[in-house]
Amino acid sequence: MTAPFVRIEDRLYQNRYLVDAGRPHIKVRPHQSPSANLLALTRICPAQCYEVNENGQVEVTADGCMECGTCRVLCEANGDIDWSYPRGGFGVLFKFG
Amino acid sequence: MTKEKFDAIVVGAGMSGNAAAYTMASRGLKVLQLERGEYPGSKNVQGAILYANMLETIIPDFRDDAPLERHLIEQRFWLMDDTSHTGVHYRSDDFNEPTPNRYTIIRAQFDKWFSRKVREAGATVLCETTATELVLDGGGKVIGVRTDRAGDPIHAEVVVLAEGVNGLLGTRAGFRKVPKPEAVALAVKEMHFLPEEVIGERFGLTGDQGCVIEAAGTISRGMAGLGFLYTNKESVSLGFGCLVSDFAATMESPYTLLDAFKDHPSIRPLLAGSEVKEYAAHLIPEGGYKAIPQLFGNGWVVVGDAGQLNNAVHREGSNLAMTSGRIAGEAISIIKSQGCPMGPENLSLYKAMLDKSFVVKDLKKYKDMPALLHTNSRNFFLTYPQLLSKAAQNFVRVDGTPKIEKEKATTAAFVKARSRWGLFSDAVRLALAWR
Ligand SMILES: Cc1cc2nc3c(=O)[nH]c(=O)nc-3n(C[C@H](O)[C@H](O)[C@H](O)COP(=O)(O)OP(=O)(O)OC[C@H]3O[C@@H](n4cnc5c(N)ncnc54)[C@H](O)[C@@H]3O)c2cc1C
Ligand code: SF4
Repeated sequence: MTAPFVRIEDRLYQNRYLVDAGRPHIKVRPHQSPSANLLALTRICPAQCYEVNENGQVEVTADGCMECGTCRVLCEANGDIDWSYPRGGFGVLFKFG
Repeated sequence: MTKEKFDAIVVGAGMSGNAAAYTMASRGLKVLQLERGEYPGSKNVQGAILYANMLETIIPDFRDDAPLERHLIEQRFWLMDDTSHTGVHYRSDDFNEPTPNRYTIIRAQFDKWFSRKVREAGATVLCETTATELVLDGGGKVIGVRTDRAGDPIHAEVVVLAEGVNGLLGTRAGFRKVPKPEAVALAVKEMHFLPEEVIGERFGLTGDQGCVIEAAGTISRGMAGLGFLYTNKESVSLGFGCLVSDFAATMESPYTLLDAFKDHPSIRPLLAGSEVKEYAAHLIPEGGYKAIPQLFGNGWVVVGDAGQLNNAVHREGSNLAMTSGRIAGEAISIIKSQGCPMGPENLSLYKAMLDKSFVVKDLKKYKDMPALLHTNSRNFFLTYPQLLSKAAQNFVRVDGTPKIEKEKATTAAFVKARSRWGLFSDAVRLALAWR
């Protein structure tokens, strides 16, 4: 079975967003080496918002975030991340949902 | 923002919030509803099947103007392995009834319609407003909410938390916990557009008839998960979900699995030539009865997904959400009409009414299912689908092997994969959980 490779950028491009510039709603706590759950987010965040930088730390760019809450469920309790909803009206705007 | 005091504030304009706000406003209560999206539905994701009965109880004539896509006449359940599916199809002309039982809907459109009904009933609806915090008095009673708009908190006698599975307010106030990774599924979903006639031809449908497919098997690669394909008028909703805990353990990417599902030889021809116009993701509560948190307190109640009121076994959520919202609205209206305070001693009426409804009864029936599927996911989602496919192929393929040898081979394959004891205990546990 060979799945057609659709880049995440091409998928998110279909969606409408109103990005609240300069006010990211998710922050990663500074760390030396990421926890297992934080590392998992680089694979399982459905918008691929999490990436490992060249120093081996996990960073988040929440612009394409669909506000699903998966990262909150995995990483809020142990303090790996700070999670909030974007300000009212900002963020993803589903046309169909 | 506003110095007025409301009878009730409803946080969220999804299925449960709209039901609650509609019920209270139409009974004359002064209701404020807050929604963080640009419009109701702009943040919401669903399959989506609408169960008519629960909406009919709230708005009897909804069929006159609600945005409904197709009414369902056929349901397919598929057990898939990598190259095949074994299916049960149920199709009945009985579903072509004057008041159909199930419809497909598109949430963004449906929620806008429902919200219009809420406004018409007299509630004040404020969009683009995220409620950020509950406000408590010295005695611990919820007396209002703070929002991200400038100004003072807004006050009300009771707050209905209809904030969905990932609600912030109730968890920040310590009334319930953030769901555990094993109690929520992450679903990803795409909207595939196709001409109406093409959908009709591919699924054997005429007019506004609809068909849905629900699929399990190796598509979830041993995780507890489910794929679905729902026909709308001019589009097909295609989605796939697995428990967050399983995703975290396997590090599988949800969109890679969605792509593989789309490319399965049984699904691919159904979508050929479609144009994808949206990609969405959302959590689904899967913890069942045992995960239901405290549902009422001093000046507050929880409804819908925020209270884990979601029947994952039957993939019903919005009807439980609507029903819990309606019941909360009714209970609050009764308490208000008696001039009683909105403390826990009176708001317990909501829980008592909910316990008597199908919502809690259904969830109780399947209370052991989440744990079973979670601990046995590899057998139910990987081993059995493969075995079943082999058995079916063995049965269907004619190659000169005597039938008795084929049967023996099939039995041997099951026993080899799971042992007689394993098969027996899976069957018993499944039967018990289903009871
Ligand atoms: C992929 C998928 C498929 C599904 N398929 C089906 C199906 O076929 N049939 C079915 O019956 N159910 C289905 N469900 C489940 C169903 O969608 C939910 O059970 C239902 O939407 C729950 O309603 P709710 O009102 O509790 O929450 P939601 O519909 O999620 O609404 C919550 C609302 O609150 C708002 N909100 C949240 N926090 C705040 C805040 N702080 N301030 C202001 N507003 C806020 C949100 O923007 C949202 O509008 C599906 C779910 C998913 C994800
Ligand atoms: S909320 Fe969902 S989409 Fe957004 S960053 Fe977290 S996991 Fe990714």
